Amino acid sequence: MAVNYGSKRTVVGAHYGLRDWLSQRVTGLVMALFTLIVLAQLLIGGGPIGYDKWAGIFASQWMKVLTFVVIASLLWHAWVGMRDVWMDYVQPVGIRLALQIFTIVWLVGCAGWAIQVLWRV
Amino acid sequence: MTELATSSRPRREFRNINVFSDLTGYRLPPAGFVSILHRVSGVLMFLLMPFIIWMFDTSVSSEISFARFKAAFNSGLAFVPGWFLKLVALALIWAYLHHFCAGLRHLWMDVSHDAVSKEFGKSSALAVLTVSLLLTVVLGAKLFGVY
Repeated sequence: MAVNYGSKRTVVGAHYGLRDWLSQRVTGLVMALFTLIVLAQLLIGGGPIGYDKWAGIFASQWMKVLTFVVIASLLWHAWVGMRDVWMDYVQPVGIRLALQIFTIVWLVGCAGWAIQVLWRV
Repeated sequence: MTELATSSRPRREFRNINVFSDLTGYRLPPAGFVSILHRVSGVLMFLLMPFIIWMFDTSVSSEISFARFKAAFNSGLAFVPGWFLKLVALALIWAYLHHFCAGLRHLWMDVSHDAVSKEFGKSSALAVLTVSLLLTVVLGAKLFGVY
């Protein structure tokens, strides 16, 4: 096997980078807990889910802050994941860079829209 | 090391696999299915993110937009029929459930050494596939008005 340590260490690929790995775990956990919190509020009291109940969930300030954290987490989580995908399947550097730029623009745009909607409630 | 160097037996060579000649006959283990579907579901949700935020936007902004949100899934939106929107929503439901379950499996394997074994890898992968598909069927039936 070729030498892949020292100055020849692998610096590309999906499994490189502790920080990316850890941030994806942490942000994933945040989003999973958020899912349970929203579900609990939706199902508490039973009955049909109308506009008041749905919008009411995002009306309180603590829920806005929490949802904001989740949007930021999603942005980060999806960036790490999409970067992994591009690094694994797209080898030409130019195309990969273009796709990574697209990913960042796409994610930041989506996050901005979601945050705007959140504070409209 | 010397034993390897002096061995006369030819060592097996492993090369990169070819998509067309090797991948077609390659039998992926359950954990492999979970892994690639984790990626597929993640990319799907990434690409459909504007649709997800559109749903959040119209459902939460006002009572009028909420009615528009409901109408879109029943009678369609512009040139897109309602059943197609429901199908896209169903794909998103599956993607979220699979990504959620496979993510929990990852987290569990990160915190428990016992979970990092060939046996657990297989059984937990089958559990992820079963739970996510069952929940998709249950929620999909609700989405299409079966109950």
